[in-house]
Amino acid sequence: MSEIAQPSPIAVPLGAVRPLLLNWRRHVPLLLVAPLLIYMLVLYALPVLAMLLRSLNDPTWTLSHYTALFEDVVFAKTFWITINTSVTVTLGCLVLGYPVAMGLVRAKAMAPLILIVILLPFWTSVLVRSYAWMVLLGRHGLVNEGLIAIGMIDRPLRILNTPLATQIAMIHILLPYMILPIANALRQIDPSLIRAASGLGATPFMTFRQIILPLSMSGVAAGTLLTFVLALGFYITPAMVGGPRDITLSMLIAQEVDQLNWPYAATLSAVLLATALAILAAARHLPGVGNAFRMSMR
Amino acid sequence: MILARLVPAGVVGLILFFLAFPIVVVTVVSFSEATYLTFPPPAFGFRWYETYFSNPDWLNPTWVSLWVAAAVVVLATFLGTLAALGIARLPKAMRIFATGLILSPLIVPGIVVAIGIYYAYSHYGLVGTPIAMVLAHTCLAVPFVVTSVTASLSGIDPRLEQASLSLGATPGATFWQVTLPLIRPGVLVGALFAFITSFDELIVALFISGTGAVTLPRRMWDDLRFQIDPTIAAVSTLTIVLTVTLMGAAHLLRKRSQA
Repeated sequence: MSEIAQPSPIAVPLGAVRPLLLNWRRHVPLLLVAPLLIYMLVLYALPVLAMLLRSLNDPTWTLSHYTALFEDVVFAKTFWITINTSVTVTLGCLVLGYPVAMGLVRAKAMAPLILIVILLPFWTSVLVRSYAWMVLLGRHGLVNEGLIAIGMIDRPLRILNTPLATQIAMIHILLPYMILPIANALRQIDPSLIRAASGLGATPFMTFRQIILPLSMSGVAAGTLLTFVLALGFYITPAMVGGPRDITLSMLIAQEVDQLNWPYAATLSAVLLATALAILAAARHLPGVGNAFRMSMR
Repeated sequence: MILARLVPAGVVGLILFFLAFPIVVVTVVSFSEATYLTFPPPAFGFRWYETYFSNPDWLNPTWVSLWVAAAVVVLATFLGTLAALGIARLPKAMRIFATGLILSPLIVPGIVVAIGIYYAYSHYGLVGTPIAMVLAHTCLAVPFVVTSVTASLSGIDPRLEQASLSLGATPGATFWQVTLPLIRPGVLVGALFAFITSFDELIVALFISGTGAVTLPRRMWDDLRFQIDPTIAAVSTLTIVLTVTLMGAAHLLRKRSQA
Protein backbone atom coordinates (compact mmCIF):
# COMPACT_ATOMS: atom_id res chain seq x y z
CA MET A 1 0.00 0.00 0.00
CA SER A 2 1.34 3.33 -0.94
CA GLU A 3 1.37 6.36 1.26
CA ILE A 4 -1.34 8.06 -0.85
CA ALA A 5 -3.93 5.40 -0.25
CA GLN A 6 -3.70 5.94 3.49
CA PRO A 7 -6.62 8.01 4.65
CA SER A 8 -5.36 11.33 5.95
CA PRO A 9 -6.56 12.17 9.44
CA ILE A 10 -8.81 14.92 8.20
CA ALA A 11 -10.53 12.71 5.62
CA VAL A 12 -12.00 10.45 8.27
CA PRO A 13 -14.63 12.78 9.67
CA LEU A 14 -15.38 14.19 6.23
CA GLY A 15 -15.79 10.71 4.81
CA ALA A 16 -18.36 9.94 7.43
CA VAL A 17 -20.49 12.92 6.51
CA ARG A 18 -19.96 12.95 2.75
CA PRO A 19 -21.91 9.86 1.63
CA LEU A 20 -25.07 11.20 3.16
CA LEU A 21 -24.56 14.60 1.62
CA LEU A 22 -23.64 13.10 -1.75
CA ASN A 23 -26.69 10.87 -1.73
CA TRP A 24 -28.92 13.82 -1.14
CA ARG A 25 -27.17 15.83 -3.85
CA ARG A 26 -27.42 12.98 -6.32
CA HIS A 27 -31.18 13.05 -6.09
CA VAL A 28 -31.52 16.80 -6.57
CA PRO A 29 -32.14 16.53 -10.35
CA LEU A 30 -34.91 13.99 -9.79
CA LEU A 31 -36.42 16.09 -7.01
CA LEU A 32 -36.51 19.07 -9.38
CA VAL A 33 -38.17 17.16 -12.22
CA ALA A 34 -40.52 15.03 -10.08
CA PRO A 35 -43.21 17.68 -9.42
CA LEU A 36 -43.72 18.26 -13.14
CA LEU A 37 -43.58 14.54 -13.97
CA ILE A 38 -46.20 13.72 -11.36
CA TYR A 39 -48.33 16.66 -12.48
CA MET A 40 -48.25 15.59 -16.12
CA LEU A 41 -48.80 11.92 -15.35
CA VAL A 42 -51.85 12.58 -13.20
CA LEU A 43 -53.45 15.41 -15.16
CA TYR A 44 -52.53 14.54 -18.75
CA ALA A 45 -50.85 11.20 -19.50
CA LEU A 46 -52.99 8.91 -17.32
CA PRO A 47 -56.24 10.61 -18.45
CA VAL A 48 -55.28 10.07 -22.11
CA LEU A 49 -54.22 6.47 -21.44
CA ALA A 50 -57.40 5.74 -19.47
CA MET A 51 -59.44 7.05 -22.38
CA LEU A 52 -57.42 5.01 -24.91
CA LEU A 53 -57.95 1.91 -22.77
CA ARG A 54 -61.66 2.10 -23.51
CA SER A 55 -60.78 0.85 -27.01
CA LEU A 56 -59.51 -2.41 -25.48
CA ASN A 57 -61.67 -3.19 -22.45
CA ASP A 58 -65.23 -2.37 -23.44
CA PRO A 59 -67.24 -4.44 -22.49
CA THR A 60 -64.44 -6.98 -21.76
CA TRP A 61 -60.85 -7.24 -22.96
CA THR A 62 -61.13 -7.40 -26.73
CA LEU A 63 -59.51 -6.32 -29.98
CA SER A 64 -62.86 -6.29 -31.71
CA HIS A 65 -63.02 -2.49 -31.87
CA TYR A 66 -59.85 -2.52 -33.93
CA THR A 67 -60.73 -5.46 -36.18
CA ALA A 68 -64.12 -3.82 -36.84
CA LEU A 69 -62.28 -0.85 -38.41
CA PHE A 70 -61.31 -3.01 -41.39
CA GLU A 71 -64.96 -3.23 -42.45
CA ASP A 72 -65.86 0.27 -41.31
CA VAL A 73 -66.73 2.37 -44.39
CA VAL A 74 -67.00 5.62 -42.43
CA PHE A 75 -63.58 5.08 -40.91
CA ALA A 76 -62.01 4.17 -44.26
CA LYS A 77 -63.38 7.31 -45.90
CA THR A 78 -62.41 9.55 -42.98
CA PHE A 79 -58.91 8.12 -42.75
CA TRP A 80 -58.44 8.59 -46.48
CA ILE A 81 -59.64 12.22 -46.31
CA THR A 82 -57.30 12.89 -43.39
CA ILE A 83 -54.23 11.43 -45.14
CA ASN A 84 -55.18 13.02 -48.45
CA THR A 85 -55.63 16.46 -46.86
CA SER A 86 -52.35 16.17 -44.96
CA VAL A 87 -50.40 15.14 -48.08
CA THR A 88 -51.95 17.92 -50.20
CA VAL A 89 -51.34 20.54 -47.52
CA THR A 90 -47.75 19.39 -46.96
CA LEU A 91 -46.99 19.49 -50.69
CA GLY A 92 -48.64 22.91 -50.94
CA CYS A 93 -46.52 24.19 -48.05
CA LEU A 94 -43.37 22.77 -49.64
CA VAL A 95 -44.04 24.39 -53.02
CA LEU A 96 -44.93 27.76 -51.48
CA GLY A 97 -42.50 27.58 -48.57
CA TYR A 98 -39.23 26.80 -50.34
CA PRO A 99 -39.17 29.98 -52.49
CA VAL A 100 -40.07 32.11 -49.46
CA ALA A 101 -37.29 30.51 -47.41
CA MET A 102 -34.86 31.30 -50.23
CA GLY A 103 -36.20 34.83 -50.43
CA LEU A 104 -35.82 35.26 -46.68
CA VAL A 105 -32.23 33.99 -46.63
CA ARG A 106 -31.17 36.00 -49.69
CA ALA A 107 -32.80 39.27 -48.64
CA LYS A 108 -30.62 41.78 -46.87
CA ALA A 109 -32.42 45.05 -46.13
CA MET A 110 -35.83 43.41 -46.66
CA ALA A 111 -35.14 40.40 -44.41
CA PRO A 112 -36.70 41.82 -41.20
CA LEU A 113 -39.83 42.82 -43.13
CA ILE A 114 -40.16 39.37 -44.72
CA LEU A 115 -39.67 37.75 -41.31
CA ILE A 116 -42.43 39.92 -39.82
CA VAL A 117 -44.81 38.93 -42.64
CA ILE A 118 -44.06 35.25 -41.93
CA LEU A 119 -44.29 35.56 -38.14
CA LEU A 120 -47.39 37.79 -37.96
CA PRO A 121 -49.83 35.05 -39.05
CA PHE A 122 -47.69 32.47 -37.18
CA TRP A 123 -48.37 34.34 -33.94
CA THR A 124 -52.10 34.63 -34.60
CA SER A 125 -54.35 31.88 -33.24
CA VAL A 126 -55.60 29.09 -35.50
CA LEU A 127 -59.18 30.11 -34.68
CA VAL A 128 -58.65 33.70 -35.85
CA ARG A 129 -56.88 32.58 -39.01
CA SER A 130 -59.64 30.10 -39.84
CA TYR A 131 -62.18 32.87 -39.24
CA ALA A 132 -60.21 35.12 -41.63
CA TRP A 133 -60.63 32.48 -44.34
CA MET A 134 -64.37 32.29 -43.63
CA VAL A 135 -64.51 36.04 -44.30
CA LEU A 136 -62.46 35.71 -47.48
CA LEU A 137 -63.99 32.61 -49.04
CA GLY A 138 -67.67 33.02 -48.17
CA ARG A 139 -70.40 33.37 -50.76
CA HIS A 140 -70.18 37.16 -50.48
CA GLY A 141 -66.58 37.06 -49.35
CA LEU A 142 -63.77 39.07 -50.78
CA VAL A 143 -62.56 36.37 -53.19
CA ASN A 144 -65.96 35.90 -54.81
CA GLU A 145 -66.71 39.64 -54.93
CA GLY A 146 -63.28 40.29 -56.42
CA LEU A 147 -63.62 37.62 -59.10
CA ILE A 148 -67.06 38.95 -60.04
CA ALA A 149 -65.77 42.52 -60.13
CA ILE A 150 -63.03 41.67 -62.60
CA GLY A 151 -65.47 39.64 -64.69
CA MET A 152 -63.89 36.20 -64.19
CA ILE A 153 -67.15 34.67 -62.93
CA ASP A 154 -70.84 35.67 -63.03
CA ARG A 155 -72.10 33.92 -59.93
CA PRO A 156 -70.31 33.36 -56.62
CA LEU A 157 -68.32 30.12 -56.47
CA ARG A 158 -68.89 27.73 -53.64
CA ILE A 159 -65.48 27.67 -51.94
CA LEU A 160 -66.29 27.91 -48.24
CA ASN A 161 -67.33 24.55 -46.76
CA THR A 162 -65.47 22.56 -49.40
CA PRO A 163 -62.23 20.53 -49.11
CA LEU A 164 -60.50 23.29 -51.11
CA ALA A 165 -61.24 25.82 -48.34
CA THR A 166 -59.76 23.45 -45.75
CA GLN A 167 -56.64 23.00 -47.86
CA ILE A 168 -56.14 26.73 -48.48
CA ALA A 169 -56.61 27.64 -44.82
CA MET A 170 -54.40 24.78 -43.57
CA ILE A 171 -51.62 25.71 -45.99
CA HIS A 172 -51.87 29.28 -44.72
CA ILE A 173 -51.67 28.13 -41.11
CA LEU A 174 -48.87 25.57 -41.54
CA LEU A 175 -46.69 27.45 -44.05
CA PRO A 176 -44.39 29.00 -41.38
CA TYR A 177 -43.62 25.52 -40.00
CA MET A 178 -42.21 24.68 -43.44
CA ILE A 179 -40.47 28.00 -44.13
CA LEU A 180 -38.52 28.32 -40.88
CA PRO A 181 -36.66 24.95 -40.90
CA ILE A 182 -35.83 25.31 -44.62
CA ALA A 183 -34.55 28.86 -44.11
CA ASN A 184 -32.47 27.56 -41.21
CA ALA A 185 -30.85 24.92 -43.42
CA LEU A 186 -30.30 27.36 -46.31
CA ARG A 187 -28.63 29.82 -43.96
CA GLN A 188 -25.99 27.25 -43.07
CA ILE A 189 -24.86 26.70 -46.67
CA ASP A 190 -21.39 28.16 -47.17
CA PRO A 191 -21.84 30.96 -49.78
CA SER A 192 -18.38 30.20 -51.18
CA LEU A 193 -19.74 26.84 -52.43
CA ILE A 194 -22.28 28.69 -54.54
CA ARG A 195 -19.68 31.17 -55.79
CA ALA A 196 -17.35 28.29 -56.64
CA ALA A 197 -20.06 26.49 -58.60
CA SER A 198 -20.92 29.51 -60.72
CA GLY A 199 -17.23 30.37 -61.07
CA LEU A 200 -16.70 26.90 -62.51
CA GLY A 201 -19.43 27.54 -65.07
CA ALA A 202 -22.52 25.98 -63.48
CA THR A 203 -25.80 27.55 -64.54
CA PRO A 204 -28.03 28.87 -61.74
CA PHE A 205 -30.28 25.86 -62.16
CA MET A 206 -27.34 23.41 -61.93
CA THR A 207 -26.10 25.17 -58.80
CA PHE A 208 -29.54 24.89 -57.28
CA ARG A 209 -29.99 21.26 -58.31
CA GLN A 210 -26.55 20.04 -57.27
CA ILE A 211 -25.59 22.25 -54.32
CA ILE A 212 -28.41 24.26 -52.76
CA LEU A 213 -31.14 21.60 -52.91
CA PRO A 214 -29.07 18.69 -51.50
CA LEU A 215 -27.64 20.85 -48.72
CA SER A 216 -31.09 22.10 -47.72
CA MET A 217 -32.62 18.61 -47.53
CA SER A 218 -32.33 18.46 -43.73
CA GLY A 219 -34.56 21.53 -43.51
CA VAL A 220 -36.96 20.12 -46.10
CA ALA A 221 -37.21 16.84 -44.17
CA ALA A 222 -37.81 18.61 -40.86
CA GLY A 223 -40.38 21.01 -42.33
CA THR A 224 -42.22 18.27 -44.23
CA LEU A 225 -42.41 16.02 -41.19
CA LEU A 226 -43.56 18.79 -38.88
CA THR A 227 -46.19 20.04 -41.32
CA PHE A 228 -47.53 16.55 -42.06
CA VAL A 229 -47.79 15.43 -38.43
CA LEU A 230 -49.47 18.68 -37.38
CA ALA A 231 -51.85 18.48 -40.37
CA LEU A 232 -52.96 14.96 -39.37
CA GLY A 233 -54.46 16.22 -36.11
CA PHE A 234 -56.17 19.37 -37.40
CA TYR A 235 -59.64 19.86 -36.01
CA ILE A 236 -60.66 23.52 -35.76
CA THR A 237 -59.92 24.53 -39.35
CA PRO A 238 -61.68 21.66 -41.17
CA ALA A 239 -64.61 21.99 -38.77
CA MET A 240 -64.94 25.71 -39.51
CA VAL A 241 -64.22 26.05 -43.23
CA GLY A 242 -64.42 22.47 -44.52
CA GLY A 243 -67.33 20.64 -46.07
CA PRO A 244 -69.96 19.16 -43.75
CA ARG A 245 -69.45 15.72 -45.24
CA ASP A 246 -65.67 15.84 -45.70
CA ILE A 247 -64.85 15.08 -42.11
CA THR A 248 -61.35 14.36 -40.86
CA LEU A 249 -60.38 11.81 -38.21
CA SER A 250 -60.29 14.53 -35.53
CA MET A 251 -63.83 15.63 -36.42
CA LEU A 252 -65.13 12.06 -36.37
CA ILE A 253 -63.58 11.58 -32.91
CA ALA A 254 -65.29 14.73 -31.62
CA GLN A 255 -68.64 13.56 -33.05
CA GLU A 256 -68.35 10.17 -31.39
CA VAL A 257 -67.53 11.78 -28.02
CA ASP A 258 -70.61 13.97 -28.38
CA GLN A 259 -72.63 10.77 -28.72
CA LEU A 260 -70.72 9.27 -25.76
CA ASN A 261 -69.50 6.44 -27.97
CA TRP A 262 -66.24 6.19 -25.99
CA PRO A 263 -64.95 2.81 -27.26
CA TYR A 264 -65.16 3.97 -30.88
CA ALA A 265 -63.74 7.43 -30.12
CA ALA A 266 -60.88 5.80 -28.20
CA THR A 267 -60.13 3.39 -31.05
CA LEU A 268 -60.03 6.24 -33.57
CA SER A 269 -57.82 8.26 -31.21
CA ALA A 270 -55.40 5.35 -30.90
CA VAL A 271 -55.23 5.06 -34.70
CA LEU A 272 -54.63 8.81 -35.11
CA LEU A 273 -51.95 8.84 -32.41
CA ALA A 274 -50.28 5.68 -33.73
CA THR A 275 -50.16 7.14 -37.26
CA ALA A 276 -48.46 10.31 -36.02
CA LEU A 277 -45.99 8.38 -33.85
CA ALA A 278 -45.22 5.86 -36.61
CA ILE A 279 -44.31 8.68 -39.01
CA LEU A 280 -42.10 10.32 -36.40
CA ALA A 281 -40.43 7.01 -35.57
CA ALA A 282 -39.80 6.23 -39.22
CA ALA A 283 -38.28 9.66 -39.79
CA ARG A 284 -36.34 10.07 -36.58
CA HIS A 285 -32.96 9.29 -38.17
CA LEU A 286 -33.31 11.89 -40.91
CA PRO A 287 -30.96 14.82 -40.37
CA GLY A 288 -32.57 17.93 -38.93
CA VAL A 289 -35.64 16.12 -37.63
CA GLY A 290 -34.49 16.22 -34.03
CA ASN A 291 -34.57 19.99 -34.17
CA ALA A 292 -37.94 20.13 -35.89
CA PHE A 293 -40.02 19.98 -32.76
CA ARG A 294 -37.92 22.50 -30.97
CA MET A 295 -38.83 24.78 -33.85
CA SER A 296 -42.51 24.07 -33.38
CA MET A 297 -42.42 26.82 -30.78
CA ARG A 298 -44.49 29.54 -32.29
CA MET B 1 -26.69 36.83 -56.61
CA ILE B 2 -27.60 33.43 -57.90
CA LEU B 3 -30.63 32.82 -55.67
CA ALA B 4 -32.14 36.03 -56.99
CA ARG B 5 -32.25 34.71 -60.51
CA LEU B 6 -33.81 31.42 -59.43
CA VAL B 7 -36.66 32.86 -57.39
CA PRO B 8 -38.23 35.96 -58.89
CA ALA B 9 -39.05 38.52 -56.22
CA GLY B 10 -42.60 38.64 -57.57
CA VAL B 11 -43.26 35.01 -56.64
CA VAL B 12 -42.00 35.51 -53.09
CA GLY B 13 -44.03 38.70 -52.86
CA LEU B 14 -47.22 36.90 -53.90
CA ILE B 15 -46.74 34.16 -51.32
CA LEU B 16 -46.03 36.74 -48.62
CA PHE B 17 -49.21 38.53 -49.70
CA PHE B 18 -51.11 35.24 -49.25
CA LEU B 19 -49.68 34.98 -45.71
CA ALA B 20 -50.44 38.53 -44.62
CA PHE B 21 -53.65 39.34 -46.47
CA PRO B 22 -56.19 37.37 -44.34
CA ILE B 23 -54.89 39.03 -41.16
CA VAL B 24 -55.08 42.47 -42.80
CA VAL B 25 -58.64 41.85 -43.99
CA VAL B 26 -59.86 40.86 -40.52
CA THR B 27 -58.28 43.97 -39.05
CA VAL B 28 -59.81 46.25 -41.69
CA VAL B 29 -63.28 44.63 -41.44
CA SER B 30 -63.26 45.16 -37.65
CA PHE B 31 -63.33 48.94 -38.23
CA SER B 32 -66.34 48.67 -40.55
CA GLU B 33 -69.54 50.58 -39.90
CA ALA B 34 -71.64 48.11 -41.90
CA THR B 35 -73.91 45.71 -40.02
CA TYR B 36 -72.84 42.81 -42.22
CA LEU B 37 -69.51 41.56 -43.49
CA THR B 38 -68.43 43.45 -46.54
CA PHE B 39 -65.10 44.49 -47.97
CA PRO B 40 -63.99 47.15 -48.42
CA PRO B 41 -66.17 48.64 -45.66
CA PRO B 42 -68.48 51.47 -46.77
CA ALA B 43 -67.45 53.56 -43.76
CA PHE B 44 -65.02 53.23 -40.87
CA GLY B 45 -65.75 53.45 -37.19
CA PHE B 46 -65.54 51.70 -33.84
CA ARG B 47 -69.07 50.35 -33.58
CA TRP B 48 -68.01 46.68 -33.28
CA TYR B 49 -65.49 47.56 -30.62
CA GLU B 50 -68.27 49.38 -28.76
CA THR B 51 -70.44 46.26 -29.08
CA TYR B 52 -67.64 44.16 -27.65
CA PHE B 53 -66.78 46.47 -24.75
CA SER B 54 -70.44 46.92 -23.75
CA ASN B 55 -71.52 43.28 -23.88
CA PRO B 56 -71.00 41.04 -20.82
CA ASP B 57 -71.38 38.01 -23.13
CA TRP B 58 -68.03 39.01 -24.58
CA LEU B 59 -66.38 40.62 -21.54
CA ASN B 60 -66.96 37.75 -19.11
CA PRO B 61 -65.24 35.15 -21.33
CA THR B 62 -62.40 37.65 -21.81
CA TRP B 63 -61.86 37.84 -18.05
CA VAL B 64 -62.06 34.05 -17.72
CA SER B 65 -59.40 33.68 -20.45
CA LEU B 66 -57.12 36.29 -18.86
CA TRP B 67 -57.40 34.77 -15.37
CA VAL B 68 -56.91 31.21 -16.59
CA ALA B 69 -53.89 32.27 -18.66
CA ALA B 70 -52.40 34.18 -15.71
CA ALA B 71 -52.74 31.15 -13.43
CA VAL B 72 -51.26 28.91 -16.13
CA VAL B 73 -48.26 31.25 -16.38
CA VAL B 74 -47.56 30.93 -12.64
CA LEU B 75 -48.01 27.16 -12.50
CA ALA B 76 -46.31 26.27 -15.79
CA THR B 77 -43.36 28.61 -15.27
CA PHE B 78 -42.74 27.31 -11.76
CA LEU B 79 -43.03 23.58 -12.61
CA GLY B 80 -41.30 23.97 -15.97
CA THR B 81 -38.32 25.96 -14.69
CA LEU B 82 -37.73 23.52 -11.83
CA ALA B 83 -37.85 20.59 -14.25
CA ALA B 84 -35.55 22.29 -16.74
CA LEU B 85 -32.94 22.77 -14.00
CA GLY B 86 -32.91 19.06 -13.21
CA ILE B 87 -33.61 17.32 -16.50
CA ALA B 88 -30.13 17.53 -18.03
CA ARG B 89 -28.56 15.86 -14.98
CA LEU B 90 -30.96 12.91 -14.80
CA PRO B 91 -29.68 9.40 -15.56
CA LYS B 92 -30.08 8.66 -19.27
CA ALA B 93 -33.14 6.37 -19.22
CA MET B 94 -34.93 8.67 -16.82
CA ARG B 95 -34.04 11.69 -18.94
CA ILE B 96 -35.47 10.15 -22.11
CA PHE B 97 -38.69 9.25 -20.32
CA ALA B 98 -39.03 12.70 -18.76
CA THR B 99 -38.26 14.55 -22.01
CA GLY B 100 -40.72 12.39 -23.95
CA LEU B 101 -43.51 12.91 -21.43
CA ILE B 102 -42.95 16.66 -21.06
CA LEU B 103 -42.65 17.39 -24.80
CA SER B 104 -45.38 14.97 -25.94
CA PRO B 105 -48.22 17.55 -25.91
CA LEU B 106 -46.47 19.15 -28.90
CA ILE B 107 -46.94 15.96 -30.95
CA VAL B 108 -50.05 14.22 -29.63
CA PRO B 109 -53.00 15.48 -31.73
CA GLY B 110 -55.00 18.14 -29.88
CA ILE B 111 -58.27 16.22 -30.11
CA VAL B 112 -56.71 13.15 -28.41
CA VAL B 113 -55.42 15.28 -25.52
CA ALA B 114 -58.74 17.10 -25.26
CA ILE B 115 -61.02 14.07 -25.09
CA GLY B 116 -58.60 12.22 -22.76
CA ILE B 117 -58.71 15.16 -20.35
CA TYR B 118 -62.49 15.45 -20.76
CA TYR B 119 -62.88 11.71 -20.08
CA ALA B 120 -60.90 11.81 -16.84
CA TYR B 121 -61.85 15.26 -15.54
CA SER B 122 -65.58 14.56 -15.92
CA HIS B 123 -65.16 11.62 -13.54
CA TYR B 124 -64.03 14.07 -10.88
CA GLY B 125 -66.69 16.69 -11.57
CA LEU B 126 -64.10 19.19 -12.78
CA VAL B 127 -65.71 19.95 -16.15
CA GLY B 128 -67.01 23.49 -16.40
CA THR B 129 -64.67 24.93 -13.77
CA PRO B 130 -61.88 27.45 -14.35
CA ILE B 131 -59.64 25.19 -12.24
CA ALA B 132 -59.96 22.40 -14.81
CA MET B 133 -58.99 24.85 -17.55
CA VAL B 134 -55.90 25.92 -15.58
CA LEU B 135 -54.87 22.32 -14.82
CA ALA B 136 -55.29 21.23 -18.45
CA HIS B 137 -53.74 24.29 -20.09
CA THR B 138 -50.69 24.01 -17.83
CA CYS B 139 -49.92 20.58 -19.36
CA LEU B 140 -50.05 22.15 -22.83
CA ALA B 141 -47.96 25.19 -21.83
CA VAL B 142 -45.20 23.40 -19.92
CA PRO B 143 -43.28 22.09 -23.00
CA PHE B 144 -42.65 25.69 -24.10
CA VAL B 145 -41.30 26.68 -20.67
CA VAL B 146 -39.03 23.63 -20.42
CA THR B 147 -37.57 24.04 -23.95
CA SER B 148 -37.06 27.76 -23.45
CA VAL B 149 -35.36 27.47 -20.03
CA THR B 150 -33.29 24.45 -21.16
CA ALA B 151 -32.05 26.47 -24.14
CA SER B 152 -30.91 29.35 -21.94
CA LEU B 153 -29.34 26.96 -19.39
CA SER B 154 -27.26 25.34 -22.13
CA GLY B 155 -25.91 28.77 -23.03
CA ILE B 156 -24.47 29.34 -19.55
CA ASP B 157 -20.73 29.02 -19.09
CA PRO B 158 -20.42 26.28 -16.41
CA ARG B 159 -17.32 28.02 -15.04
CA LEU B 160 -19.52 30.80 -13.67
CA GLU B 161 -21.33 28.37 -11.38
CA GLN B 162 -18.09 26.57 -10.51
CA ALA B 163 -16.44 29.89 -9.65
CA SER B 164 -19.34 30.83 -7.40
CA LEU B 165 -19.24 27.46 -5.60
CA SER B 166 -15.46 27.45 -5.22
CA LEU B 167 -15.54 30.97 -3.80
CA GLY B 168 -17.67 29.64 -1.01
CA ALA B 169 -21.23 30.39 -2.11
CA THR B 170 -23.77 27.75 -1.11
CA PRO B 171 -25.61 25.94 -3.94
CA GLY B 172 -28.70 27.96 -3.01
CA ALA B 173 -26.88 31.29 -3.16
CA THR B 174 -25.26 30.23 -6.44
CA PHE B 175 -28.69 29.49 -7.89
CA TRP B 176 -30.27 32.78 -6.81
CA GLN B 177 -27.31 35.02 -7.58
CA VAL B 178 -25.68 33.37 -10.59
CA THR B 179 -27.90 30.85 -12.39
CA LEU B 180 -31.28 32.55 -12.09
CA PRO B 181 -30.17 35.96 -13.39
CA LEU B 182 -28.54 34.20 -16.35
CA ILE B 183 -31.63 32.19 -17.30
CA ARG B 184 -34.12 34.99 -16.57
CA PRO B 185 -34.72 35.79 -20.29
CA GLY B 186 -35.45 32.10 -20.95
CA VAL B 187 -37.88 31.93 -18.04
CA LEU B 188 -39.60 35.10 -19.24
CA VAL B 189 -39.90 33.79 -22.82
CA GLY B 190 -41.34 30.54 -21.45
CA ALA B 191 -43.87 32.49 -19.37
CA LEU B 192 -44.97 34.50 -22.42
CA PHE B 193 -45.41 31.32 -24.46
CA ALA B 194 -47.38 29.77 -21.59
CA PHE B 195 -49.72 32.77 -21.49
CA ILE B 196 -50.43 32.68 -25.21
CA THR B 197 -50.80 28.88 -25.30
CA SER B 198 -53.57 29.13 -22.74
CA PHE B 199 -55.13 32.35 -24.05
CA ASP B 200 -55.47 30.98 -27.62
CA GLU B 201 -56.38 27.39 -26.73
CA LEU B 202 -59.69 26.14 -28.11
CA ILE B 203 -59.89 22.35 -28.49
CA VAL B 204 -59.58 21.46 -24.79
CA ALA B 205 -61.86 24.41 -23.95
CA LEU B 206 -64.54 23.03 -26.30
CA PHE B 207 -64.75 19.89 -24.19
CA ILE B 208 -64.15 21.01 -20.62
CA SER B 209 -65.15 24.68 -20.34
CA GLY B 210 -68.83 23.65 -20.05
CA THR B 211 -71.03 26.60 -19.17
CA GLY B 212 -69.10 27.66 -16.09
CA ALA B 213 -65.73 28.52 -17.61
CA VAL B 214 -66.42 29.80 -21.12
CA THR B 215 -63.19 31.26 -22.48
CA LEU B 216 -62.86 33.85 -25.23
CA PRO B 217 -61.92 31.37 -28.03
CA ARG B 218 -64.83 29.16 -26.95
CA ARG B 219 -67.19 32.16 -27.06
CA MET B 220 -65.93 33.06 -30.55
CA TRP B 221 -66.42 29.47 -31.72
CA ASP B 222 -70.00 29.38 -30.37
CA ASP B 223 -70.73 32.69 -32.07
CA LEU B 224 -69.36 31.53 -35.42
CA ARG B 225 -71.77 28.58 -35.43
CA PHE B 226 -74.70 30.99 -35.71
CA GLN B 227 -73.55 34.15 -37.39
CA ILE B 228 -70.54 35.97 -38.74
CA ASP B 229 -71.01 39.52 -37.53
CA PRO B 230 -68.09 41.91 -37.39
CA THR B 231 -67.92 41.75 -33.57
CA ILE B 232 -65.74 38.68 -34.01
CA ALA B 233 -63.50 40.69 -36.33
CA ALA B 234 -63.08 43.26 -33.55
CA VAL B 235 -62.38 40.55 -30.95
CA SER B 236 -59.96 38.87 -33.38
CA THR B 237 -58.12 42.14 -33.98
CA LEU B 238 -57.77 42.72 -30.23
CA THR B 239 -56.40 39.19 -29.68
CA ILE B 240 -54.04 39.62 -32.66
CA VAL B 241 -52.68 42.83 -31.11
CA LEU B 242 -52.25 41.13 -27.72
CA THR B 243 -50.60 37.93 -28.95
CA VAL B 244 -48.41 39.65 -31.54
CA THR B 245 -47.18 42.11 -28.91
CA LEU B 246 -46.33 39.31 -26.46
CA MET B 247 -44.78 37.06 -29.13
CA GLY B 248 -42.79 40.00 -30.48
CA ALA B 249 -41.50 40.65 -26.96
CA ALA B 250 -40.58 36.96 -26.59
CA HIS B 251 -38.85 37.00 -29.97
CA LEU B 252 -36.76 40.07 -29.09
CA LEU B 253 -35.92 38.68 -25.64
CA ARG B 254 -34.75 35.42 -27.14
CA LYS B 255 -32.67 37.16 -29.78
CA ARG B 256 -31.08 39.43 -27.21
CA SER B 257 -30.23 36.58 -24.85
CA GLN B 258 -28.62 34.66 -27.73
CA ALA B 259 -26.58 37.63 -28.89
